[in-house]
Amino acid sequence: MLADAMAPALPQQEKLTKKKLTADHPTWCPGCGDYSVLSSFYKVLERNNLPHENIVAIAGIGCSSRFPYFVNAHGVHFVHGRAVPFATGVSLSRSDIHVFVFGGDGDGYSIGGNHLDHCARKNVNMLYVIMDNQVYGLTKKQTSPTSPVGYKSKTDPAGAIDRPVNPMKKLIANGATFVARTCASNPAHMIDMMERGMKHNGFAVVEVLSECVQFYSNAFDAANPRRGGVFKLIEEKTHDGTSEDENRHDVTDEQAAYKLADQPFPGVFGVFFKVDRPTKNQLEQKWIDSLRAKNDPSDLDILRKTFDRLK
Amino acid sequence: MTEKNISDFTSCAGHADINDLSSITGNLEGQNTARRQQFINDAVIRIAGNSQDGIQAVGGFLARLAGRSAQDVMTYMTIPSTISGGPSIFQVRIGSGEVLSAGDEADFLVAFYQHSYKDHIGFLKKGGTLLYDSDHVQPDFTDKGHFYIGVPMTGLTVEALGGTAKDKGKNIFLLGLLAKIFDLSVPKIEKLMEERFGKKDPSVANNALMAFHAGYAYPVGNVIDLYQFEKTEKKPDARPQVTMDGNQALAYGLIAGGVRYGAAYPITPWTSIMEILRAELPKYGGLFVQCEDELASVAMALGYAFAGHTAVTGSSGPGISLKTEAIGWASMAEIPLLIVNVQRGGPSTGLPTHVEQSDLNQAIFGGHGDSPRVVLAPKTVEDCFYIAIEAARIARQYSTPVFILSDASLATRIEAFEEPDLSILMADPRPDFSPRPAGFKPYTLGQITHHAPPGVKITDGQYPLVTGLEHDELGHPTGNPKLHLAMTAKRRDKLRQLANELPLPEIHGPGEGNILLVGWGSTYGPIREAVDKARSGGDSVSSIHLRHVHPLPVGIETIFEGFNHVFVVEMNDEGVYGYGQLAAILRARYCNPKIQSITKTDGLTYKVREILDRTTVHLNSAFAKR
Repeated sequence: MLADAMAPALPQQEKLTKKKLTADHPTWCPGCGDYSVLSSFYKVLERNNLPHENIVAIAGIGCSSRFPYFVNAHGVHFVHGRAVPFATGVSLSRSDIHVFVFGGDGDGYSIGGNHLDHCARKNVNMLYVIMDNQVYGLTKKQTSPTSPVGYKSKTDPAGAIDRPVNPMKKLIANGATFVARTCASNPAHMIDMMERGMKHNGFAVVEVLSECVQFYSNAFDAANPRRGGVFKLIEEKTHDGTSEDENRHDVTDEQAAYKLADQPFPGVFGVFFKVDRPTKNQLEQKWIDSLRAKNDPSDLDILRKTFDRLK
Repeated sequence: MTEKNISDFTSCAGHADINDLSSITGNLEGQNTARRQQFINDAVIRIAGNSQDGIQAVGGFLARLAGRSAQDVMTYMTIPSTISGGPSIFQVRIGSGEVLSAGDEADFLVAFYQHSYKDHIGFLKKGGTLLYDSDHVQPDFTDKGHFYIGVPMTGLTVEALGGTAKDKGKNIFLLGLLAKIFDLSVPKIEKLMEERFGKKDPSVANNALMAFHAGYAYPVGNVIDLYQFEKTEKKPDARPQVTMDGNQALAYGLIAGGVRYGAAYPITPWTSIMEILRAELPKYGGLFVQCEDELASVAMALGYAFAGHTAVTGSSGPGISLKTEAIGWASMAEIPLLIVNVQRGGPSTGLPTHVEQSDLNQAIFGGHGDSPRVVLAPKTVEDCFYIAIEAARIARQYSTPVFILSDASLATRIEAFEEPDLSILMADPRPDFSPRPAGFKPYTLGQITHHAPPGVKITDGQYPLVTGLEHDELGHPTGNPKLHLAMTAKRRDKLRQLANELPLPEIHGPGEGNILLVGWGSTYGPIREAVDKARSGGDSVSSIHLRHVHPLPVGIETIFEGFNHVFVVEMNDEGVYGYGQLAAILRARYCNPKIQSITKTDGLTYKVREILDRTTVHLNSAFAKR
């Protein structure tokens, strides 16, 4: 878009390192799952050596939304729940920028739930990492939209009574084109999911189960083999024609993705859904290009002609 | 019309229904022959019908025509806040001199229906002409104050168009009638109609022309005088006039001001600005996005702004309420943003299609915490264009949110004004992507922040962060008391600096006298006309009009010193303490007890007469208080 023509050409940069990407020391509690998400993110950036100045980390409000302070890159700490539409503004007006959004379950599924639906529908190009700890941590233990029924919090002393959001189903139903689920206790898998999400052209969401050691400790032990749980991977169809491939998950099959999303806690991990659908970025650019082709190259002449029609 | 014509009207007051030709001769004996053409320099024509009758189209044609003929024009319309149906009016005031308001009363009232007649006959001046559709309206002829002329508009339109069109087209038939009565240029109207309908099915354009000529051929000249507008002398160096409504002027002003990106949600009467920008901005390589809600739209606009662009969001009252949290973020993070509020009657859903200036406090103070922002208010349709350019410049220069407070009357009224000289006005929309030197700080104390948008290389590799948390100079969060004090002052001092650079408002009338009227926004015309009228009657009245409402330009208090009374005229409630919103701010700012308040909340624009009467009442009570 507008920016492309003006961004100065940059020489190939030296390799990005963790040192170059590290900013303030995280303010998270010791043992918080988000540390692991942060180091995995560094790893993704290092591996891909993205131009340093073209990386943007954007967040709303919450423990996990402190993320941009801990990444040495252009960063934004915005208001609660609106990081996604803010990021949309960056993404749509700057195709040269790699847009990363970080947040928690409250930011993403509660106060910002509407924006999540619409960004998914519009398929805006960005990677959104949702660190889901199933509790409000920053405000010290209130029920979150993903808290399971029965979870005792300060706002549900007798146990949560509302049915929790099913993030995978919500995202798939609303049109997100890359929907994956991982867990902070499995960094290798997390890096893989984030990297695939980053490379996906469209709205990519990676939901990360990230434990809050303070207010909901051991919540995700069932998915952690080191604590006696099972990290059950989604086996993706490889289309190799073998008989075992028939039972594997087709990531373009919406109905199959819903079935996976309905598995009881802790569920399965991996890519639930991935399709290629034109992004809003592409569709808007097409509309811009068609109008640019029909109009004068000079802004002054375009407005002059408009005024001529009003005479 | 000018005073001299009124006597002509009153002398021939009667009624005529041309269905029954004998009635004409009967009622207007001796007056139906040798009618002469009279020259006039000002006419107020009110067309009253229903919202689906296309009377806005007729009014629009008249306004465009006046603009092309180098005449001044101002329109006024009301539309019901329903999708279709309901009474609606369109008023056009055309003048050979300066037209400042849409007119207190009509010289000509066109009534399509009985309710149109009943609701608006009181607005017709004594001696004015009622032109009515005799197929639908039965006037009360016992009221001898007006001249009545009935034309079976519905029947004749159906006849002209062959009966397939029902009564669609009677608006264009009326245009023909008015063209005849006011000797308007037929070739120019035909050209306007071709521009309007030419792209559609040819039968649409043909039907329009047939309806127009049926109206034009109607022998209305047999029963009333015909008129001609006095020719206006074009200034030798004058640029041609452009004719548009306030929302159009604002949208094109934003484009001229360098705005290339925006986001919003539809709401009356803001919507047409976003419709224009959605269609226009891509031509310039930019983009406007319709969002899922107001919260997303202000966030998205801030995303564009962070990305380096001059960006806009906008709405009307209720939508602005929803945006206030993020506008506070823009103050805190020091990101430039334009916010347009096309005000309507409030609070809550209020009066969606009526005018009010009751969002001033919201614009200046809306939101939590101390969140300084700039507030500008355009005074005319033309000014909507220029103020948008200024707002964009201020937003960039001071890296701050800037409100543009328009209103429902500016949004929908049409004016003709001299085409702006775009070659000197167009702002460069390109962001600054040059690398920033080592040690770059986004929030250096004692300086105005200009954040580094993404894509900008910071040469020492230390990248900045923009944030809504209180922060130090590098953008790191802090609860340090000294820093909160210093940063709060930093954000506020930008506005003080701006106040020093703002020009003082021009005084209309002498700089010393008895009464000073102070206005802001769309009341400019009626206030100015009231001053002119009062002065011609020997009263000592002057006025100033504030375009820069917050911060106030330095030195306004010196203007107040020249007057015994300062009356602030605005369209909002006097509130618990008896002062309208601007009056209360001026009193708090200047501690000057001579600042008094004239307010109203009827959802209608000020009439010149209302301002004069209210001023007199206030003056009397001011004397009584002494």
